[in-house]
Amino acid sequence: MTRVCVFLEAPGGKLKKSAAEMMGAAQGLGGDGTIVEGIDAVLIGQGVTTLADDAAALGADRVLVADADAFAHFTVDGHLKAMLKAVAASSPNVVIFPASTTGRDLAPALAAATQSAILTDLVELKLTDGDVCAQKPVYAGKAMATVRGSTDCVVVTLRPNVFEPAAAEAGKSAATETIDAGVTQDDIRTVVKEVLAKASEKLDLTEADIIVSGGRGLKGPENWHLVENLAEAVGGVCGASRAVVDAGWRPHEEQVGQTGKTVSPKLYIAIAISGAIQHLAGMRTSKCIVAINTDSEAPIFKVADYGIVGDAFEVVPVLTEELAKLRT
Amino acid sequence: MDIIVCMKRVPDSAAKITVAGDAKSIEQDGVDHVISPYDEIAVEKALQLKEAHGGTVTVVCLGVAAATKEIRQALAMGADQAVHLKDAGGNRGPLEIAQALAGVIKGRACDLLLFGKQSIDADNGAVGVMVARLLDLPVVSLVAQLDVADGRATVHRQSEVGTEVIEVTLPAAFTVQRGLAEPRYPKIKGIMQAKKKPLEEIDAPAPAGTMALDKLEPPAAREGGRIVGEGKDAVGELVRLLSQEAKVLS
Repeated sequence: MTRVCVFLEAPGGKLKKSAAEMMGAAQGLGGDGTIVEGIDAVLIGQGVTTLADDAAALGADRVLVADADAFAHFTVDGHLKAMLKAVAASSPNVVIFPASTTGRDLAPALAAATQSAILTDLVELKLTDGDVCAQKPVYAGKAMATVRGSTDCVVVTLRPNVFEPAAAEAGKSAATETIDAGVTQDDIRTVVKEVLAKASEKLDLTEADIIVSGGRGLKGPENWHLVENLAEAVGGVCGASRAVVDAGWRPHEEQVGQTGKTVSPKLYIAIAISGAIQHLAGMRTSKCIVAINTDSEAPIFKVADYGIVGDAFEVVPVLTEELAKLRT
Repeated sequence: MDIIVCMKRVPDSAAKITVAGDAKSIEQDGVDHVISPYDEIAVEKALQLKEAHGGTVTVVCLGVAAATKEIRQALAMGADQAVHLKDAGGNRGPLEIAQALAGVIKGRACDLLLFGKQSIDADNGAVGVMVARLLDLPVVSLVAQLDVADGRATVHRQSEVGTEVIEVTLPAAFTVQRGLAEPRYPKIKGIMQAKKKPLEEIDAPAPAGTMALDKLEPPAAREGGRIVGEGKDAVGELVRLLSQEAKVLS
C-alpha cells in the first residue's frame, strides 16, 4: 500500500499547468502489484482554499490546505513548516513536487528535514518492489540515469511538460482539511521585500509548449525581433543560445543549454543556432525540433526533425507570416 | 566576514559524455574536469565580498582524490584555505552529500555559506538547500545579486514569478545563479601561492546507500537530419509538415 502526497503549485490564485501533470504521475504509480491507497494534494499559499475543488477534480482523495498571509511569497522557512505538517498528516511513501523554482527548493528542504532520499527532475516515475524507481537526465541530458530511492518516504521532483496530465472531472469531491501550521511573518527569516520586473504573463521556458530560440547567427541584439515575432506568431516563448547570452544580447534566464535551462517543449524552433553540444543537451528532449541555419553541416540539423538550410533573415519573416495566417 | 563555499569537480560542459562499460559511470578518457560553473561563480563572489569587507574564504569540496586540482584552482583564484572531503567511491544521493558537507561545516566560523545553484553533472540542485536545512540556516536559492551590509544580506532571487528582492540576517546560505559574478582567471602569483595554502584532507563518511544508481545510458537517439529544403521556398512545406505530420501547431 502506498500513500502519495502531491504539492500543487498555485501562484496568483489558480493551479499551475503542472498541477495536473503531478496528479497524473501520482495516479500512474498504481498497478504492477502496487495499490495506491490514497492521494493527498497539498495547497500552500494565500487565498488557496478556493482551489480545493480544482484539486479534487484532478483526482485527489483528500486536499490539505495551508492558507495564510505568511504564504503570500514562497519562502523555504514558511512553506517547509506547512509542508512538514501536511506530511505528518499524510504519512506518505512518496511526495511529489514539480521541478519548478518553488518545487526545487521545497523538495530538498523537506527531504533534509525528514532525512528522506530525494530524486530530482524526473522524466519517469514508478514503484518497483516498494522502492521508488525513476529516470532522470544527467549531464544536462547527455545521459539518462535510472535511480532508486529506498528510504521509507522518498521525495521527488518531476520535470514539467513530461507527465501525462490527469483529466479534470468537475464534480468530483474530496475531503478538505485545513493545516494550521501557525506560520507568521516572524518565522520567516528570508523576507521578500518586493518583486521586481514581474515576469510577463508568458510561461517560464521550462513550462512552455513552444519555444523559439535565437543564436549568434542573428548578428546582433537589434535583430531579435525576428525571434520575438516568430514566437508571437506561434504563441511561443523566446529562448537564446549561450553565445547570445554571453554576448549580453539576452538575459541569463532565457538561456537554453547545460548552463541554462533544460527544456522539453512540444515544438522547439532554433534560429541561427549551430548546436553546440551544451545547447543540444538542453533541448534534445523536445518533441519536435525545427532548425533554420545557413550551414547545412551545423550539428543542430543532426537532432532536428525538420531543417531549412537558409538565411534566417530571409526565411524567418516568411515563416512568421505563414504561421500567423494559420492562427487567424 | 567568514565565507564558506562548497564546490564540486565536474566534467567540462563542452565534454562529450560517453557511458562506460559498467553502465554506471562515464568514460574518463579525454574528459576535462573543472569547478562546476555555478560553484565557480560562488567562489568569485566570495572573493569579491572578502576584498570589499575583509574576512576569509574557505572552499569545501566533496570529491575524489583528483579533485585536488580543482581545489588548487579555487585557492589560486584567491581562496584562503580548503577542506577536501575525500570520496572513496560509492553512490551518494543529495541527502548523503548534504550530510557529509554539513558535518564538516558545522562548528566552523561561517557568516555566509555559498553554493552553485546546481552541479552540471548530477543536475540535482538540491544540496545547497539541504545543507542549509541541516545546519538550520536561512537559505535563498537562485541568487543573481548579493550585497552585504551591517550583518544583513540583500539578494535578488530569480524565480518564475520575477526577481524577488529578499533581505536576510546573517549567517545565511545562498545558491547562486549566472549573472552574479564573472569568475576571474588565476594569476601566476596566485597559482604559486595556492601550493602553500592550507588544504585539510578528511575522509568522507561512507555513503549510507539511500539512493542507488541502477543504470546510466545514452539518451534516446533522435532520428533527425531531415532537410525540408533551402531558403524561403521551403517554408510552405515546413508549415505543412508541422501542422499535418508533426501536428504541433494546434
